[in-house]
Amino acid sequence: MSIDALFEEFKTVSEHPRRQLLAYKEQGKKIIGVLPYYAPEELVYAAGMVPMGIWGSNQKTISLAKEYCATFYCTIAQLALEMLLDGTMDDLDGLITPTICDTLRPMSQNYRVAMEGKLKCIFLAHPQNRRPAYGIQFTMDQYNYIKRELEEIAGRSVTDEDLRNAIKVYNRSRAARRNFAVLANEHPDVVTPTRRSAVFRSSWYMLKDEHAEKLEKLNAQLEALPKCSWKGKKVVVSGIIYDNPKLLQIFEENKIAIAADDVAQESRPCLVDASEKGDPMMALAEQFANQDYDVLLYDEASAENRRGEFVVNLVKNSGAQGLVLFMQQFCDPEEMEYPSLKKALNDAGILHIKLGVDQQMRDFGQASTAIQAFADVL
Amino acid sequence: MAETEKTTAAAPEAAPVKKAPKPASPGTQALRQAVSDVYAAAWEAKKRGEPVGWSSSKFPCEIAEALGLAVVYPENQAAGIAAQHDGERLCQAAEDLGFDNDICGYARISLAYSSGVETTNESRRMPMPDFVLCCNNICNCMTKWYENIARMHNIPLVMIDIPYNNQVQVDDTYVAYIRGQFDAAIEKMEKIAGRKFDEKKFDEACAAANRTAKAWLKVCDYLQYKPAPMSGFDLFNHMADVVTARSKEQTAQAFELLATELEEHVKNGTTTAPFPEKYRVMFEGIPCWPDLRALFKPLKAHGVNVTAVVYAPAFGFVYNDMDSMIRAYCKAPNSVCIEQGVEWREDICRANKVDGILVHYNRSCKPWSGYMAEMQRRFNRDLGVPTAGFDGDQADPRNFNEAQYETRVQGLVEAMEQNIKVKEGKAQ
Repeated sequence: MSIDALFEEFKTVSEHPRRQLLAYKEQGKKIIGVLPYYAPEELVYAAGMVPMGIWGSNQKTISLAKEYCATFYCTIAQLALEMLLDGTMDDLDGLITPTICDTLRPMSQNYRVAMEGKLKCIFLAHPQNRRPAYGIQFTMDQYNYIKRELEEIAGRSVTDEDLRNAIKVYNRSRAARRNFAVLANEHPDVVTPTRRSAVFRSSWYMLKDEHAEKLEKLNAQLEALPKCSWKGKKVVVSGIIYDNPKLLQIFEENKIAIAADDVAQESRPCLVDASEKGDPMMALAEQFANQDYDVLLYDEASAENRRGEFVVNLVKNSGAQGLVLFMQQFCDPEEMEYPSLKKALNDAGILHIKLGVDQQMRDFGQASTAIQAFADVL
Repeated sequence: MAETEKTTAAAPEAAPVKKAPKPASPGTQALRQAVSDVYAAAWEAKKRGEPVGWSSSKFPCEIAEALGLAVVYPENQAAGIAAQHDGERLCQAAEDLGFDNDICGYARISLAYSSGVETTNESRRMPMPDFVLCCNNICNCMTKWYENIARMHNIPLVMIDIPYNNQVQVDDTYVAYIRGQFDAAIEKMEKIAGRKFDEKKFDEACAAANRTAKAWLKVCDYLQYKPAPMSGFDLFNHMADVVTARSKEQTAQAFELLATELEEHVKNGTTTAPFPEKYRVMFEGIPCWPDLRALFKPLKAHGVNVTAVVYAPAFGFVYNDMDSMIRAYCKAPNSVCIEQGVEWREDICRANKVDGILVHYNRSCKPWSGYMAEMQRRFNRDLGVPTAGFDGDQADPRNFNEAQYETRVQGLVEAMEQNIKVKEGKAQ
């Protein structure tokens, strides 16, 4: 299959999650909706079900969800509720609701209340003191609870062998995505921002073994391409999500390539693998414990600016000339970490712009002007 | 040291003309003194060269107390600064540092102060921190807020993470996780204090905190009387004590003194509320501190007394050992599931005989306001009383619209009137 054909397949999946969901249902599979962030998808996979990421919608308008929450909440969470209420998610067999930010805390209750008697909502509270033994144990306690709930939906038990297999599949998928991010930076002439986004986005709507297999094929073809001499600019993108086609198009219009990302929907969940040896539940808990440099996670060395330095290094090591921060409106964790990120970037002499975004945005004129102006100064 | 780091505090803009305040009762004075003493003790400790901590309001203060560590509370400071009309200036100062104006107003005020912006509210000036104590049972925002302070001052942060709970009971797995953190926190705080943890002092601090909680609940319970012997708004002021000084015997005594005064009012059929009580409501949420006068005005005009606030059960926690103390700290307003939150509120609404509920959709507090719409529906259904919501902010006056608030209060009053008539009609 050609590179173009492979990208087309990723694009189709990324643009049609509902179609994807129904296709899996036709195969007789059960589907578990997975809300942001850090839900242990491996457990869903191990139970023989399909984890389906829920990242709001770029097309829908918040209407029914207004019955549950005020306007000053992240649109990803609001639109997830909208899709639960308007029937888009009617074919789900369960829903995992993490609570790692202040919007997801009360929204976990709204999802549960709104779906009462209709859809099983599986609650997840991650620990922030996640690295000491008691933190690892708490994560395992939470994951074991989720496993039991999933087993009930799946109608089967999940063995350690199932979990080990799931860990292998997910490690393979993460490795393929990390490799793809590097290759995308090496071949920006082929991997446009739209194509890059489609690859990451589609990973939320496909079984990870299917996605990894397809992505490995693409990666192999990208590796075989001649070296690219890119005449445009390169940036690192940071934020929760930036998958709106119009936004991505602005990068392309201004010949800006994505050198690397620090994005919740893209690379942040791909950074850490789980051990394939020992107790698999412990391995998953340790994997979460080892997650780092994320606005959502407590940093034991908080007096330092480790996250800022991490992002600076991402820019330096990827050869980017600057950073574009997509600030998700009403996202406290991103907003709270911005001054430290700004300081680290400024200290390193790295230019950046901050663009406020949400999924109800329909006019991208301002973003276009800002990105264009930014490209001019890079 | 702290003072020289500060920038000059500008005079507050358009500060309201102050009337001579009524003399406070001995109980109220004692409560104010308890809070003032906390701030004074922190300054004294700083002068002696001892470490001073900044703590979130529901961090287990008993540990710091047992270690003899001086601690002050940014949330109380922020509320005080906001109430004295200096909040907007500090919020804007934080925004100038890059903190978005969507972020909690308390956090913005605190981060501005932490960065060296002085406040005009002299009573709420605090020495700069040598360590920070963070417990995120109130919210996740707290975690990043305190990380920022730790980063600004290059100081240690003691973190106690209390994960959100989806059920009314506190599971043993939560207790085990938090117990591990308590032990680690004690070890870290021993190093900060330079002395070993004293079990006897810890027991004394716990005993005082329990005594304060019981006295606080007793004071809150006087709002059950009809008419109430005080304005429920007074409880908002007394919150300062349960936040900053609950593990001190002085505070327990002050609440007990206030309780005797209220008892006297009940016996005499008198009240400290400055208007006759016609309606009784629960005020849901944190008040808009910069706009207390505007909040109070239409309530007074319509004879609406606040006779229930969720702070009563939320801070009145009583425990008898370490595990039950941990379970108590799991029950902060924003760390409990909707069923627990509704139960707290409906219990107090029933006990305190409210006619309606006024709900503050607080722009600063996402975890609090995030399930309020569903709660409102349940209040209507379960209590049979009308509710009205209004938009506001606990600290940033730019998010409060007085005209909208007055209209909503007016609407609530009309609905309560109608509801009372219907109930009276049925009773006949």
